[in-house]
Amino acid sequence: MADFDAIVVGSGCAGSVAAYELARAGKSVLVVERGNFAGAKNMTGGRIYGHCLRAVFPDNFDEIPFERKVSHERISLMAPDSNFTIDFASDALLEDGKESYTVLRGPFDQWLAEQAENAGAEYIYGIAVEKLVKDESGKVVGIFAGEDEITADVVVLCDGANSLLVEQAVGAKRPSASQMAVGIKQVYELPAEEIEKRFQCNPGEGTAWLFAGDATHGTFGGGIIYTNKDSISLGIVAGIEATMNHGKTTVYQMLEDLKNRPEVAPVLKGAKLVEHSGHMVPEGGITTMPDLIADGVMIAGDNATMCINLGYTVRGMDYAVAAGQMAGIAAAEALDAGDTSKAGLQRYVDALEESFVMKDLRQFKNVPAFMENFDRMFEGYPEMVRDMMNTMFVVDGSPVQPMKKSMMPIVKKLGVMNLLKDVRGAMKAL
Amino acid sequence: MSDIKFTVNVDEYLSLNKYEVDESNAHIELKGGAEACDPAEFDKLIRVCPAALYKRDEEGKQSFDYAGCLECGTCRIACGDTIVEKWENPQPMMGVEYRFG
Repeated sequence: MADFDAIVVGSGCAGSVAAYELARAGKSVLVVERGNFAGAKNMTGGRIYGHCLRAVFPDNFDEIPFERKVSHERISLMAPDSNFTIDFASDALLEDGKESYTVLRGPFDQWLAEQAENAGAEYIYGIAVEKLVKDESGKVVGIFAGEDEITADVVVLCDGANSLLVEQAVGAKRPSASQMAVGIKQVYELPAEEIEKRFQCNPGEGTAWLFAGDATHGTFGGGIIYTNKDSISLGIVAGIEATMNHGKTTVYQMLEDLKNRPEVAPVLKGAKLVEHSGHMVPEGGITTMPDLIADGVMIAGDNATMCINLGYTVRGMDYAVAAGQMAGIAAAEALDAGDTSKAGLQRYVDALEESFVMKDLRQFKNVPAFMENFDRMFEGYPEMVRDMMNTMFVVDGSPVQPMKKSMMPIVKKLGVMNLLKDVRGAMKAL
Repeated sequence: MSDIKFTVNVDEYLSLNKYEVDESNAHIELKGGAEACDPAEFDKLIRVCPAALYKRDEEGKQSFDYAGCLECGTCRIACGDTIVEKWENPQPMMGVEYRFG
């Protein structure tokens, strides 16, 4: 007889929710989290979309420690000497079920873990699982936590972007550098009223701001700013392959340069740096997804590359929450049926396939390859937009040219065919 | 060996973080030690490590210190087949502890 019905490895978005669902179904669950508390090793930009949490916590959704509700979506095309920003606000962004919130993973993950614990899940903190226990048939039957072997009928792996266990569980190869990005972030404390003033937001509301172009000095990636309750998150997400081979500088210098930009420095003025963090982001999408189940084991969240970067929006945490919920429910059903073999766990994959998670990831299957080769987005378009805007807004007293005559040379510099090709490529991928 | 230009001192930023450093056990090891690593591969890590743990001084001497590691795993992905020989999670209760995240 196994020590537990289920063991969950990792207490992030997917793990806590999987444990919560298993505990609610009356199963004995052990969560093993390598941080000294949930969230201690986690980092996000970042923001989460509310719909997934409403599905898991319909009765206590209002208690979730969100930072701010995102009321402004900003996108900037940044050239070395210019910045073009779109600021979008809409009532629809604030509607229940369509809204999104900025979060900090420390408080957020601890709340999620608390829900799992309150539902009856047991926790071990401070120990990384290094190895899975398998029986002679190869079925996963438990974990090694430090010196101890702990067994369970099913193991749910939610060990994040830098998973060392997926390979052991389903034989997936380590992701390649072109499939992963590195995120670097700093958190700056600033009083809430000051944030609302600087970002023109109502109390409790905030901004999600993405930068393309010179934020990474021309290589694949971008900058981020998210407003928290009384702090601002500033970061860079950079493709590892692109940066290590073609980066003009280091990721921390990119962050420093972004911080000192004239568009960014004023919103951070006087704010106090309180944390410097790093984390990986899976960028490969469905084309790099490992098998999600094997005998006795299931995989959910970043470790299964359930993440998409569309350039204008980045998602991962809502997929992790939804996948964790489906994994937890499916694991409980498999335990009830007395079959936690791969066949018995197939219901998890079926549920995912029926859900927005796999449908979205399939819809955007060509996006990672498109983005990775979209060099003109990072160097080319920001400059083109700059030149067009300069033509419109810069007045020096010389006679103006007809718009057609002044604009066409700017577009031609980049190439009309290139422009058409990119528009077509974007339409196809998105 | 390229000359990657940067001016920022990340060590100052890392000093704001909370760490429990495991002095007796390096959770990341480089093949033959930092000084002996292929400079081209080492350059890759200088560019992508968010904690600036991979350094080259003015004389060109390469060094690496795991103490300020943010445990992101980027070096494992970048150079796991070349100069990063070992990448493990830190021992129990050790390593970085994000308060904000």
